[in-house]
Amino acid sequence: MLRKETNGEERRLNRDEEDEEEEENDRGHDAWERTYADERSWEALQEDESGLLRPIDNKTLYHAQYRRRLRTATAARIQKGLIRYLYIVIDLSRAATETDYKPNRMVVVARQVEAFIREFFDQNPLSQIGLLTLKDGVAHCLTELGGSPESHIKALMGKLVCSGDASLQNGLDLVHSLLNQIPSYGHREVLMLYSALSTCDPGDIMETIQKCKSSKIRCSVIGLSAELYICKYLCLETGGSYSVSLDEPHLKELVLEHAPPPPAIAEFAISNLIKMGFPQRAAEGVISICSCHKEAKVGGGYTCPRCKARVCELPTECCICGLTLVSSPHLARSYHHLFPITPFDDVAVSSDPHKVPKNCFGCQQSLLAPGKRLLFLLYVIMIRDE
Amino acid sequence: MAPAASKLYADDVSLLMVLIDTNPFFWNSINTSLSFSKFISNVLAFLNSILLLNQLNQVVVIATGYNSCDYIFDSSALQNHNQKGESLLQKLEEFVDKDESLCRDDSVDGPGFSLLSGSLSMALCYIQKVFRSGPLHPRPRILCLHGSPDGPGQYVAIMNAIFSAQRSMVPIDSCIIGAQHSAFLQQASYITSGIYLKPQLLDGLFQYLTTVFATDLHSRSFLQLPKPVGVDFRAACFCHKNTIDMGYICSVCLSIFCKHHKKCSTCGSVFGQAQTQDSSTPDRKRKTSVDN
Repeated sequence: MLRKETNGEERRLNRDEEDEEEEENDRGHDAWERTYADERSWEALQEDESGLLRPIDNKTLYHAQYRRRLRTATAARIQKGLIRYLYIVIDLSRAATETDYKPNRMVVVARQVEAFIREFFDQNPLSQIGLLTLKDGVAHCLTELGGSPESHIKALMGKLVCSGDASLQNGLDLVHSLLNQIPSYGHREVLMLYSALSTCDPGDIMETIQKCKSSKIRCSVIGLSAELYICKYLCLETGGSYSVSLDEPHLKELVLEHAPPPPAIAEFAISNLIKMGFPQRAAEGVISICSCHKEAKVGGGYTCPRCKARVCELPTECCICGLTLVSSPHLARSYHHLFPITPFDDVAVSSDPHKVPKNCFGCQQSLLAPGKRLLFLLYVIMIRDE
Repeated sequence: MAPAASKLYADDVSLLMVLIDTNPFFWNSINTSLSFSKFISNVLAFLNSILLLNQLNQVVVIATGYNSCDYIFDSSALQNHNQKGESLLQKLEEFVDKDESLCRDDSVDGPGFSLLSGSLSMALCYIQKVFRSGPLHPRPRILCLHGSPDGPGQYVAIMNAIFSAQRSMVPIDSCIIGAQHSAFLQQASYITSGIYLKPQLLDGLFQYLTTVFATDLHSRSFLQLPKPVGVDFRAACFCHKNTIDMGYICSVCLSIFCKHHKKCSTCGSVFGQAQTQDSSTPDRKRKTSVDN
């Protein structure tokens, strides 16, 4: 079978965006060395009154607050896709053995994906995740679509071997065939963690992209090395987001940005009524055979309201009758996406000394100390309005 | 805190946030042996015993009123140690007067609902401040002394507070001093691994408080504390407010219905058809479309 390099591959080195090790070697410093030589990170440490080192996280804290404010300001009244079927595609090609992320890219990606999976199920309890890998030019399914984080994390922590090339088209083809089987009310998403700088495809990737676009799959890519035109085109066509990470904390931030539900694109998912059961918790001391492990267990499970089978944990699908079982806190977890809090306003402390209270309303911290910023608390009004 | 003491935080130092229900409508309607003054004297004795258990223990009291919530007492604030009780009572009186003055225009029948969501949020804000103050801090927990019935309008806010308490690993304990169980606090204690208790004899409230709620989090693993029994996780349908164990969920806004409907009453989505740009959208939601 002939494999040809696709025409869509371009390599564009964007110097503002990332650190290339070859460039810095001319100057005699690697990227990690520059934090010590140029930025003098030790001078930023401070001590508190008892002599302990105070962690300096003000800058990252403010930056994170700023980014959150931007996101909530734009996304406040937009419908979000709450029932998501997400495939995470991990690139295990030769490029994942690069050591610019310590110890190598594959380990860092596995670590971030594990944290992401936990956060994802925390924010979207009704959604499901599946894992795919790209290796030797072929896409493999690592885990099937499932709603329990443990099975995915176990597969991730197993032995992962990198070799060969990454094939974007094969990955997209596999995702497309897998996502065609899900119910029509679900939102189809793909998150690719792409380390390679090329893609080795058997056919025309533009056709595959159009196929994904017509199947309403939202593809997002996080690049680990450089920006690729084909990834950018894919994300633009399908309505996803493309970002390239600079270092490990930045990668973590970019990956976790995909945990909250993205804005729902109209016409992408047919709204439907889903039949669900709300099982009661069995009393302590009741002995029954659990349908997921096929063994007798004492107390502490849930009883399916339709077929009375016992399941161990929620949310899940009853093995016997197929009814989706959830509890009301799982639905309530998604309510803060539906009713987000209004963004806070920044108020300058020196504006009017009489109007500004001496202590913070929420936590009683003194507001008169220098360098403190004041955020007017709108949430109290929101709570009273409910 | 003196600088030397801050290095000695062991496992059993706790920060206890006590949320006291001061809803005047509830206290008026209660006709059992517990009057508000007896209740406060039980609670004061309990707070003193917490402070005696460990020199580094901290107690913060927040009053949950009908219209507002406020801090009543903070044991770590610099004040004359001999007059803790008096300052608490004085602040409580001021708070109740202020709360009543905010209430003049409303007329309420029945016990009314106290602002549990507000005081939970304030407690969590204080705990966040403690977390950010440095690596050494006491282990926080929240104790709700609650009696008013659950206000259904506060459901979303209380669930949000419960989930943030769960993420920060702060247990929410509840002691119910009213007549009926509180489903919200049952769920809160279950989700955050706290203790839920409804004492049978309110005369002996002090004994219940000291035997069940006084121990710090580390020692709880060695004790047999009341287990959660019969937590009801069933949802209520949006159309009739009945508790159902099987229902239909709108895939857009997660509203719960007991019967099949053609249209969702919350978000207006028509079921079974693809969304179009021209379909009528209520003012709560707007759908976005992608410009390629």
